[in-house]
Amino acid sequence: MKGSFRDVQGVRVLDLSGKITIGVGDVELRRLVEEALASGKTNILVNLKDVTHIDSSGIGELVACYTTVKRRGGSMKLLNLPPKINDILQVTQLITVFDVFANEAEAIQSFTA
Amino acid sequence: MEAKISIFSTYENIELAEKMLLEVARSHVNDEDLYWAAMALREALANAIKHGNKLNPEKRVFVTIHLEEGQELTMVVEDEGEGFDPGKLGDPRSPENLLKESGRGVFYIRHFMDEVSFSRSAHGGSRVELKKQLARRNK
Repeated sequence: MKGSFRDVQGVRVLDLSGKITIGVGDVELRRLVEEALASGKTNILVNLKDVTHIDSSGIGELVACYTTVKRRGGSMKLLNLPPKINDILQVTQLITVFDVFANEAEAIQSFTA
Repeated sequence: MEAKISIFSTYENIELAEKMLLEVARSHVNDEDLYWAAMALREALANAIKHGNKLNPEKRVFVTIHLEEGQELTMVVEDEGEGFDPGKLGDPRSPENLLKESGRGVFYIRHFMDEVSFSRSAHGGSRVELKKQLARRNK
């Protein structure tokens, strides 16, 4: 997995691509979220537009990051779910846990709404 | 058509086994079926490496891919661990499990494949057999 970040109106946007899978992608996701929290960014938007695969470890890491951010008083939301990643979140009903957006501006705005 | 590979228990080697599946099946299996079969294989391998062989890099995982063209794809993953009881797994969708970090792998495998069976492997650990009925290949 490749990951980079941008700060947009105080929100840390994580742009991820490739595979969020055991041993590599899941570790990188955790690192990016820990880095955001360490720099005081507790509102995090995870852009999954270019993610091709996510396995149960990647899903587990998304959930772990979500609860960690929430405990720190922030929130973590998802942007641009590819259809297959959407299916994977639907199957385990995690789609009911995350706030999901298809439009970045609306997603950014939702953190201040 | 049948292909076999044995890998040592490191996560990087999951890519090798997946690559073998893709090479064997790519020209015979619909892209959609192959995507979900590959995801199921990855989950089964991760379980074998992590829970079966306990990340011992000297222990191996054995993978067999059997393809009956136009009919069925069968994948068998065996480890050298101490066995596994799938009956002990909870439902990851239940409220008490929904926000847990782990416990979704076997649930996903069952969702991605048409038939999944667990047994004891001749190699000493667990054996999981995954079957998918095949749709027509994409044109």
